[in-house]
Amino acid sequence: MKNTLRQVFHSPKFVIGFVIFAALLLTTIIYPLVVAADPLEMVGNGNFFKPGTYVSVKDSVEGTHYTLNIDVKSGSLDSKISAEDKESMKEWLTKFGGVAEADINLEDVEGLIGLWEANYSESADQPGLTASRKKYFARLNKNIDGILADSDLILARENPDTGELEESATIGSNEFVNTKDVANRRTFILGTDNFGRDVLTELVDATKTSLRVGLIAGVVATIVGLFLGLISGYVGGVVDDLIMFITNLFTVIPSFVLLILISYSVGQNARGVNLVAIIIGLTSWTWTTRSVRSQVISLRNRDHVNLSKLSGHSMMRIVLTDILPYLASYVVMAFILQISSGILAEAQLSMLGLGPSTSTTATLGLMMNWATLYAAPLNGSWWAYFPVVITIALIAFSLNLMNTGLDQVFNPQLRD
Amino acid sequence: MSDKRAQCLTGKGVTKVFGLGDKKTVAVDHVDFDFREGEIISIVGESGSGKTTLSKMLLGLISVSEGEVLFQGKPRDISNGQKKKEYWKGIQAIFQDPFSSYNTFNKIDSVLLDCINMRGGKNLPYEEKFQMMREACSFVNLEFKELTNKYPFELSGGQMQRLMIARIFLLKPKILLADEPTSMIDACSRATILDMLLKLRDEINMTIIFITHDIGLAYYISDSVYIMEHGKFVEHGKAEDVILHPKASYTQRLINDVPKIYEEWDLSTV
Repeated sequence: MKNTLRQVFHSPKFVIGFVIFAALLLTTIIYPLVVAADPLEMVGNGNFFKPGTYVSVKDSVEGTHYTLNIDVKSGSLDSKISAEDKESMKEWLTKFGGVAEADINLEDVEGLIGLWEANYSESADQPGLTASRKKYFARLNKNIDGILADSDLILARENPDTGELEESATIGSNEFVNTKDVANRRTFILGTDNFGRDVLTELVDATKTSLRVGLIAGVVATIVGLFLGLISGYVGGVVDDLIMFITNLFTVIPSFVLLILISYSVGQNARGVNLVAIIIGLTSWTWTTRSVRSQVISLRNRDHVNLSKLSGHSMMRIVLTDILPYLASYVVMAFILQISSGILAEAQLSMLGLGPSTSTTATLGLMMNWATLYAAPLNGSWWAYFPVVITIALIAFSLNLMNTGLDQVFNPQLRD
Repeated sequence: MSDKRAQCLTGKGVTKVFGLGDKKTVAVDHVDFDFREGEIISIVGESGSGKTTLSKMLLGLISVSEGEVLFQGKPRDISNGQKKKEYWKGIQAIFQDPFSSYNTFNKIDSVLLDCINMRGGKNLPYEEKFQMMREACSFVNLEFKELTNKYPFELSGGQMQRLMIARIFLLKPKILLADEPTSMIDACSRATILDMLLKLRDEINMTIIFITHDIGLAYYISDSVYIMEHGKFVEHGKAEDVILHPKASYTQRLINDVPKIYEEWDLSTV
C-alpha cells in the first residue's frame, strides 16, 4: 500500500494533475478566508465592467492634486481614438482629403491628427459615402476637437440655501491624483459580470460548488455502479441478466438526454445544487457497472477466490476481501473520471438553463449561462466567460491527468 | 482397487456442459468413478481433456450438469452456503499456480487462522492457535516465526505450495484434490512437496485425488489411475496395470510422449 502510494507520487502525470487540482481546491478554501465579501453581492450598477481598479471620482477630485509636467494630450488621444477610428481617418484622408497614402503613419497619432485638422471639412464633397458614415466622420471630428481643446474643468457645487451653482474648484489638464490618496477604490481583477458581481469572487465560489457537484455525482455514480457491477459479476445468472438489461437500457439512451428530461421534469424550483448532482450521478453509473462487472467475472474464477470459498467464507466476505481490493485501483480511477464528467455535465446542463436554479450560489455552468444570456461573447466581455472556461478545462485536465498517471502505475504495460 | 476400503467419493454419469445450442461444449462426458478412502488416485490427461472441470465439480465450485456425486456413500448436498461449508470441511484442494492461489492483500497468518476457525477453533486462546500454526508450518519445514506478518507474495513458489500443504494439515479433510500442484515448481521442490503430501496422507488417512498430465509422476505416486480423454475416462485401474500394460491407444500415446530424457534423469538421480 505504502509502496503503491510512493509509486503513484513518482508518476509525473499524476503529480502535475494532483498539483493543479490541489491548487484549485486550496484556492476555493483559502480565498473566502481572505476576501470575506458575499460572492453574489451586486457591486456594479450595470453590465460587464472591465477588469481593473476603480477609484472614486469624487474622492479624486476633492483630494490632493499634483501638477505634473507631462504631455497628457497624446495619452488621451491614444486611449480615446481607437484603431478603427484611425483606419477610418486614413481612408477619408486618402479618398477625399487628397493626402498620399505614403504620408500617413498610423503609429504617429499627433501627425495623423495634424493631417486630419488640416484636411477634414464636414462640407467637403464626399461621393459614395452613406449619410450615417458622413455623420460618423463629423462626430469623430468633434470628438478630436474636444480632446484638443485645452480648457480647464470647472467644478460647481449647488448652494443649499439659494440653489445656485457656485464654482468650487478648477481642474487643469496637468493635474494628477495619487491613487493611494483615494480612499474609496476597489480592484476587480476579472471585472464584473452582467449582474455587476465581482467575477473573481464569484468564480472561486462557483468552482467550490462545481467541485461539490462533481464529488457528489462521482460518489453516487461510483457507489451505484460498483454495487450493481459487483452483484452482477459475482452472482451471475438471472441477476446478472436483469442488471445488465437495465444497464444496457441506460447505456443505449444517451445519458445526457435522460439528464435533460429528469432535470426538466423535476421543475425549476426544486432543482438545487445537491439534487442536480444526484441526478447527474444517477445517470452516469452505467460505465462503472459494465467495467466493474467484467473485472469481477474475470476475478471470480481465480484460484484465490476458490480458496477463499473453500475456507468457508461468506459471499459478502469474499466480495469485500477477495474481489474489491483487486478492483480498488480501478474504482479509484473510475471515480476520478466520474468527478470530471460530473462537473462537465453540470456545466452542460446549466448552459441549457437546466442546471441548479438558485440565486444563492453560482456554479461554473451557471456563470457560463449568464454570460451567454447577456451576450458577453458578442460585446467582447471576455472576462465574464473566459476564466470560467479555463477553470473548467483545468479541472477536467487535472483529473484526467491524475487518472492517466494512476492508469500507468497500475497497468505497467501503458508506461512509456 | 480394493473394495474393502470404505467408499469416499463416487460419481455416476457426471457431466458438465458449457454453453447452449451450437456453441455447446461437453467438457466432462458421463464419467463414472469410485474413489476409496486412503487411496491416491491420479487423473491423467492432456490439456483440455476436462481434468480441471472435473476437479471443480468434485469440489462443488461449479454445478454438475447431469449425473450424481456421492460423498461417503450418500448423495452430497451443497444446496446452500452452510451445507457447502460443511462439505468443504471434508474436501479441500491445492491449486496449480501457487502465485495466484493467495489473496495478495491478506497476510499469511490470516490464511492459517482461517483454517483453524473453520475447524471450529475460533474461540481458542491465541497461544493455542499460535501453537497450531507453528506445528503446521514445521510439518512442511517452514519456520512460522519467519512467516508471521509477511504477505504470501514475499515467499518463493515452493514455499507457497508448502504453505498450502500446511493449510491442509490444519484442516484435516477427508479428501484432498491436488490439481497439478507441482507443475509450476522446479524438480527439487517437486520431490519435497510430493513427499509431504504422502506423509500427510499417512498422518491423517486422507484420500488424495491427484490431477496431472505427467503419467510418469502418476505411476510414481498413485494407487489407481484414471486416464481421461476428451471428457471421458478411457481407462482406469491399478497404476501398475494401466501404465505397464496399457489397453487404450490414448494411454499408449501418453506413455510414448513421456520424454526419454526424463527416464535418464530419473535413473541417475533416484
